[in-house]
Amino acid sequence: MSSIGTGYDLDVSEYSPEGKLFQVEYAHKAVESSGTAVGICCRDGVVLAVENIVTSKLYETNCNRRVFHIDRHIGMAASGLLPDARAVARHAREEAADYRQSHGEPMPLSELASRVSNLMHAYTMYSAVRPFGCGVLLAAFENGRPQLYGVEPSGVYYSYHGYAIGKAKQNARTEIEKLKLAELSAANGVKEAAKIIYSCHDEVKDKYFELDLSLTSAETAGRHVIVTGEQWTEASNYAKAALEEHDSDDDV
Amino acid sequence: MSASFYTKPANNGNAGVAMETSWDSNPGRQRTLQPITTGASVLAIKYNAGVIMVADTLGSYGSLAKFRSIPRVLRVNDATVAAASGDLADMQFLNTVVENHAIDEEIHEHGIAYSPASLHSWLTRVMYNRRSRINPLWNTYIVAGTEAGQPFLGYVNMLGVAFKEDCLATGFGSHLCLGLLREALDAAGGYAGLTEETATSALEACLRVLYYRDCRAYNQYQLANVPVAKPAQVSGPHFLQSDWSVAKLVKHYTE
Repeated sequence: MSSIGTGYDLDVSEYSPEGKLFQVEYAHKAVESSGTAVGICCRDGVVLAVENIVTSKLYETNCNRRVFHIDRHIGMAASGLLPDARAVARHAREEAADYRQSHGEPMPLSELASRVSNLMHAYTMYSAVRPFGCGVLLAAFENGRPQLYGVEPSGVYYSYHGYAIGKAKQNARTEIEKLKLAELSAANGVKEAAKIIYSCHDEVKDKYFELDLSLTSAETAGRHVIVTGEQWTEASNYAKAALEEHDSDDDV
Repeated sequence: MSASFYTKPANNGNAGVAMETSWDSNPGRQRTLQPITTGASVLAIKYNAGVIMVADTLGSYGSLAKFRSIPRVLRVNDATVAAASGDLADMQFLNTVVENHAIDEEIHEHGIAYSPASLHSWLTRVMYNRRSRINPLWNTYIVAGTEAGQPFLGYVNMLGVAFKEDCLATGFGSHLCLGLLREALDAAGGYAGLTEETATSALEACLRVLYYRDCRAYNQYQLANVPVAKPAQVSGPHFLQSDWSVAKLVKHYTE
């Protein structure tokens, strides 16, 4: 059961007697109740995938993607409050553009991750603002090396081989650990990421979702590309087929 | 993050009325007085299925042919290219701004990109505003591309004078070559009758005339071709063949 921070959870500037910042923890809850986002570093690229839960069939498809371009070579997947994620994306884009204009070269992902982390952390220190209710996964393929960073509402960030945030993060992380990432090509990684999203999706609670997929790899020449068209259909079919197989196994 | 909820568009005002000299408030700061490292002519012509633009690769330092492979043609996106003559530092500055805008538009993925007409319009506003502050970007730009299946060609200079035409030239090119380009168009009955090959050879002939007669021209150039249904291509450096044997006929040439 969640601990109730009565009296110590009104401002993010207040610690509880146990040394917790309850507002930050509540922000994490916002991430945990949102669709899963997954990032996988493959042999020659990075894949991002998001279970973009859609609450109404009236929405146009792909109107609220949860995968963003941050400059040409960096991608961001978000879980949690989408408007907060957009604010983070906007800031990250400014940072990346400024860096490119001053340094004459694209911003290294490690540097951007640090800036995003600083931003999100800044919003955990003052009572006048609230922490960002989103977690983000940042991906790039730099100098032949795939890179993935995950930043959480507290501002903490790590570099990962593979990571998942959101509703089914535990299941997804377990699935990622089963993959042999060093041998997995990015093209296959796209299919595997789709499969993980589908297998972790809770059919009962959230009926309808869109699969947001993106790829940054040697094949895309380091550009962050949103996966659409044939490649998306192939990945989504692979994922659905794997689900059916799994379901039919249960019948035995 | 800024606390303001709405910012009004910048108000330049004062243009032509009481101009405060910037060195009162900021002694180190100066206004543009003269171009330093310069690029010579840019030439462009529409043809039946697109538009072609050429610019040589020389950066002149006064009368010194100092930098001999400066790219002056910028590929903005698949449908738009731009080239500038005049001060090359100002050109490189503006090109960086344009490129950054183009990247911003790409990453938002709305399917909206700079069309040549919108780039031309934006450049016009920038150049005119700078001239209105008596601190111009000392360039003449030609924007070329395709818009709604039609070729586009536009001119903007440092005064903010802007217009669109079927053939354009800057600098010496406007004196020596515009007539030749117009003749080519007239002979074909308009750009719709001009083939890519004829357009290219007309431009090359003009570049040769410039190399013979303009002291700041050069025989190495870039060529940009923006066909209507295909992505823009910038190629180069191309080399111009020229024949200087007539020099021997000049009295006192060899003494």
